[in-house]
Amino acid sequence: MIALEAINVTKIYGTGANAITAVNDVSLSIKRGEFVAMVGPSGSGKTTMLAMLAGLLKPSHGQIIIAEKDIGRMSEGKRTKFRGQYIGFAFQANNLVPFLNAQENVELLLRLNGKLNRQSRQRARDLLDRLGLGERLKNRPGQLSGGQQQRVAIARALIHEPEVVLADEPTASLDTERAHQVVQTFAELIHEQNRAGVMVTHDLRMCKYTDRVIQMMDGKISRIIADRHEILRLAGAADALEGPAPSPNGRPVLAGDPLVAVQGI
Amino acid sequence: MSFYLAIKEVWRNKGRFALIASVVALITTLVLFIAALAEGLASANREYIEKLNGELLVFQEGTQLSTTASRIGRERIAELRRVEGIEAVGQVGFSTLKLVPPDGGADINVSFIGVEPGLPGEPQVYAGQQIERDRGNNVIVDEGVVARIGAQVGDTITLKVTQGTQEEFYDLTIIGLTDRRQYFFQPAVFAPLNTWDKIRPDGGAADAELVSNIAVVRLQDPAAQEAMTTKIEQEVKDVEAANRQTAWEAIPGYAAQQSTLSTQQFFTFFIGVLVVGGFFQIQTLQKVAQIGMLKAIGLSNWTVGWTAIIQIVTVNAIGVVIGAIGTLALTANFPVTVPIMLTGATALASVLALLAIGPLGGIVSVFVLLRIEPLRALGMAQ
Repeated sequence: MIALEAINVTKIYGTGANAITAVNDVSLSIKRGEFVAMVGPSGSGKTTMLAMLAGLLKPSHGQIIIAEKDIGRMSEGKRTKFRGQYIGFAFQANNLVPFLNAQENVELLLRLNGKLNRQSRQRARDLLDRLGLGERLKNRPGQLSGGQQQRVAIARALIHEPEVVLADEPTASLDTERAHQVVQTFAELIHEQNRAGVMVTHDLRMCKYTDRVIQMMDGKISRIIADRHEILRLAGAADALEGPAPSPNGRPVLAGDPLVAVQGI
Repeated sequence: MSFYLAIKEVWRNKGRFALIASVVALITTLVLFIAALAEGLASANREYIEKLNGELLVFQEGTQLSTTASRIGRERIAELRRVEGIEAVGQVGFSTLKLVPPDGGADINVSFIGVEPGLPGEPQVYAGQQIERDRGNNVIVDEGVVARIGAQVGDTITLKVTQGTQEEFYDLTIIGLTDRRQYFFQPAVFAPLNTWDKIRPDGGAADAELVSNIAVVRLQDPAAQEAMTTKIEQEVKDVEAANRQTAWEAIPGYAAQQSTLSTQQFFTFFIGVLVVGGFFQIQTLQKVAQIGMLKAIGLSNWTVGWTAIIQIVTVNAIGVVIGAIGTLALTANFPVTVPIMLTGATALASVLALLAIGPLGGIVSVFVLLRIEPLRALGMAQ
């Protein structure tokens, strides 16, 4: 069942001679229970695409359908409410609420949607426990490591049972080991809970936890890898370097691989 | 949601918010203290005139409503009493002399005020009795005198007067106590007009006409002050009339003093607005990414704005309440000689104004919060 669908989506910044097409006529669909990685070099349009899928940005043309609603046609207020109900986020920076503890941060979306009760609270505790934070429920973000904070963010992205879960560079601030742990758990939860997940990443090693890799280039989808072996080969090639997770503008990790070469990292 | 986030943040950052609440408390103390001082000084200046049991005061023409420069003789009083619409006229004379405390301390300056028994100008006593005779050594004293020397009905007080180069002492018996009726920053002693005339410095000779400073007029229709002012000035020669407020506002230095204190109060408010505004503005700028994230995950502008407003109002209100309680405790313990008076109306007006400084100061930060774009705040903007 399709959870998220983008139909001929285009995003143009500016007008006239200054117009820049960040995303150009992109169509894609993601099923429930599917975890997709969106990769590409800086300026390829993947972050703009993610922002449109999240309802944070209106497309210039085309439609974005989530839960059978075209979010591009919604008013700002309706889109904000829609995001709170149907979309889960994990951002590049942790961006947890610093004065709320881990459990309160996760419960924020339940509270926002009026679904905070004894059962949902227990669900939040169970989810944090599952993410290895059972002993850290009352700790505030400042008392948690980067990896722990990102796991709290993942729990927050999933707790209100959204249709779509989006992650923007969720491993950018983590070391290799923690990056693998976080994305692996993220993928497991998306599959278990039957959500549609999209992760924008520069770290090709993380692709091995995804079901499909969408490569963007110059605002368009240049390649889609859906074959499991090919995904593993790509991730394995990137992993072969065994270095720390590359930064968004870092050095090439495997010049020979065509996708990696396109990535430019 | 707004209330939850606002209170959680304040509670979990008690130190930071306590700091701004204490600044607000100090500003509140300062504002209330200035207000109390303004009220106390104003009251010390005008109390007797404000509480007069007559609507109009009549002065000698050309004296610019100055009680010390004005002279009203018996002839004018008689003319006044013939004006239709006037119920009663009382002569009132003012002078300043020294009260010798019974315990031998330093002399106390008092306003020595001559009044006609039973006529406008004589204060109402709350203990003892009114003055009954035109002459005699019976006086009424106000609470200012009671507070300073602990006088009671039946006690004898001694007034010291310098006539020419000679010091003279007069013993007078207190027959009544009245509430605070200060005039010219001094507690008041009320004597029959003839006694006043005899005792006051450079008092009139025995055979001269009894001249007072002003006449206090009680009208048959208290609402007809404006019309009666005109009528008195038309029908009685060489006088000018004014209602009580106009009269006390004409007291030398009164307006200048009050406007100075009002200016101080205004600037303290202004500083308060800037301090509170600055604090919340800095806090807002520190939270741009956090607010952007909250908006991205589904918090509306309305929720974010209300969170800030609740926080500003709460922290400001806590500061104002602490400051107000502190000021009340402070003013209650000041000696009676310090002109500090925090009346309910003054305190309420100042507290309401102080409660407004938070929202006023924080309004810019609320607008900044509303304008934060999630994409930009999260670093996803192109």
